[in-house]
Amino acid sequence: MWEFLIPLLAATVQSGTPILYATLGEMMTEKGGVLNLGVEGMMSVAALAAFWTSLTTGSPWLGFIAGGVAGMGMGALHGFVCISCLGNQVVSGLAITILGLGLTNFFGVPFVGLPAPGFNPFDFPILSQIPVLGEIFFKHDMLVYISFVVPVLFWFFFRRTSLGMHVTATGEMPQAAGAAGLKPRVLRYFAVVGGGFLIGLGGAYLSLAYTHLWTNGLSGGRGWIAVALVIFAFWRPGRAVVGAYLFGGVMAFQLRLQAMGTNLPSSLLLMLPYVLTILVLILSAWRGRRIDAPAALGTNIEPEG
Amino acid sequence: MFKIIKREEPWKWGALVILLGALLFSLAVSALLLVGQGKDVFEGLNILWQGSFGHLWALEGALLKAIPLFLCSLGVAVAFRMQIWNIGAEGQFALGAIGATWMALSFPDLPAVILMPLMFIMAFILGGTWALIPAILKLKLRVNEIISTLMLNYIAILLLDYLVFGVWKDPTSFGFPMTSEFSSNAIIHGIGGSKVHWGLLFCFVVGVGLWAFMRFTRLGYELQASGEGARVAKYAKIRYGMLVMFVMCLSGGFAGWAGCVETSAVLNRLQPSLMVGYGYTAIVVAWLARLEPLNIAFASFLLAALRVGVENLQLELQIPAAYGSILEGLILLSVLAGQFFLTYKLEPKRSQVK
Repeated sequence: MWEFLIPLLAATVQSGTPILYATLGEMMTEKGGVLNLGVEGMMSVAALAAFWTSLTTGSPWLGFIAGGVAGMGMGALHGFVCISCLGNQVVSGLAITILGLGLTNFFGVPFVGLPAPGFNPFDFPILSQIPVLGEIFFKHDMLVYISFVVPVLFWFFFRRTSLGMHVTATGEMPQAAGAAGLKPRVLRYFAVVGGGFLIGLGGAYLSLAYTHLWTNGLSGGRGWIAVALVIFAFWRPGRAVVGAYLFGGVMAFQLRLQAMGTNLPSSLLLMLPYVLTILVLILSAWRGRRIDAPAALGTNIEPEG
Repeated sequence: MFKIIKREEPWKWGALVILLGALLFSLAVSALLLVGQGKDVFEGLNILWQGSFGHLWALEGALLKAIPLFLCSLGVAVAFRMQIWNIGAEGQFALGAIGATWMALSFPDLPAVILMPLMFIMAFILGGTWALIPAILKLKLRVNEIISTLMLNYIAILLLDYLVFGVWKDPTSFGFPMTSEFSSNAIIHGIGGSKVHWGLLFCFVVGVGLWAFMRFTRLGYELQASGEGARVAKYAKIRYGMLVMFVMCLSGGFAGWAGCVETSAVLNRLQPSLMVGYGYTAIVVAWLARLEPLNIAFASFLLAALRVGVENLQLELQIPAAYGSILEGLILLSVLAGQFFLTYKLEPKRSQVK
């Protein structure tokens, strides 16, 4: 039993990590009042940017950063269309996804099947010695360890720093924030671009740590799952961790079942995460906590005059 | 610097100017991608143009692809008009194809006059039902329809895979995932020997039908005029929930019809290669057309022509097919950005201190 469960839980943490980065990124964006449905496209562009950088420079760390920067770029584009040009946020996000998946498949062609230097697991000093927990949480790569800290920083930023509270204010009441002397548009750009960075890190994880080689369709719907998880998490980083590992668990379980060779057709197994996403949304709606959504989410700020 | 001023009267040819501007901008940016691939830009653009509008076969190909795009976009537009974000045309398209295939494989010997309507009815029912799931989830449990429709796309495609890899697999297909070919009664044939099939006429009927519904019925008129679900429901004297379900059912049914037409007329069987993203392109089409049925006809033709052009580019210059998605994404983004100028204009700021 333990021989099966512990590797499964360890794999859960690993497959949950990219989802966690992306969920926090989308959460940051939405906290500023901007809905970003481009996560799926942004993650895949970031995965390719990270892979390419790591391949050409030989440095996975530069690759990781490049993934984040690619996410920032795509986020800025979404910000330009929605914040500056007042484009519809839903449609713009979809366009970002269409564009992002297109860019990835276009530029990714020559790299399919190629390996690049990535991040390898190592035993975290001391902590990996803890029985069970050490096995599950502390025998991963560096990016997983970083992801343990990010939710805490996220919480601290939005709860304890004035910049974080200003961003929250533009997501709740941009007009009032503007009247109070803040610059809601600038703050929204900050949220979209900063969120894009985190989303990009999630994408980078896919190509640098989850796999070490380039394949098409790496994002595989994780971006959409992240959008759903923000709702499930009621815009709170702690619950985002729970949600991300829940999906990580299902994905790891499904892979294991396939590897063990069950009689279930693989197409039915592959449906699991998507069905679960809908179930998770039902669950969070049933808990009836819609009040937690930023009040101005999805609405643009009209220019005066 | 410039000052943003709200327009007092609408910009008459604004929408057209913005569309053309967006097309030019997107073509220019994507031409840069050709340079990046080490191709001759002018040759590339010429091949794209030839494939889109330059030949009779290009016209034929564009009409062929415009048919499913038109039907899907009509569905998308009907829902978007009410601010119901049905992103699920792709899945509803798949379900329509499954419904049509089900009938075609179950009753291959029925005469076409009975079998065809059966296929269309089943495609509408399955496509509509697939869209009803998110509608009901939205109404009863306030589940966000954007994500639920999208997840159902993934599920629908996997369901299609499950069927063609499993229970519906043609035993004589040498292991290829496909159903056996439909009987002749279940195939929509070409018009006068061309590849363009009678589905084109069907599009025309559906388009006119929707136009008449919008124009001559009270409910349709309210849908057309207001676009705010709650208001429409009040004026049409029906419950808001009923309205959402009606609109989603119609939306999914149209996409289902597209799936039916495409399977029957183009592939003559069900196979995974059916899913080429028409459901997503339909969103681009619907938005470019500003959700107006007649504009949708033109926009579907335009985007279909671009798809054929990109295929030509792929064939002649070995450009990856994803070039088409880049182009579509860019066009949609630049149209969205450009629509700013429909409500606002920029005026040079006069310096106040001399």
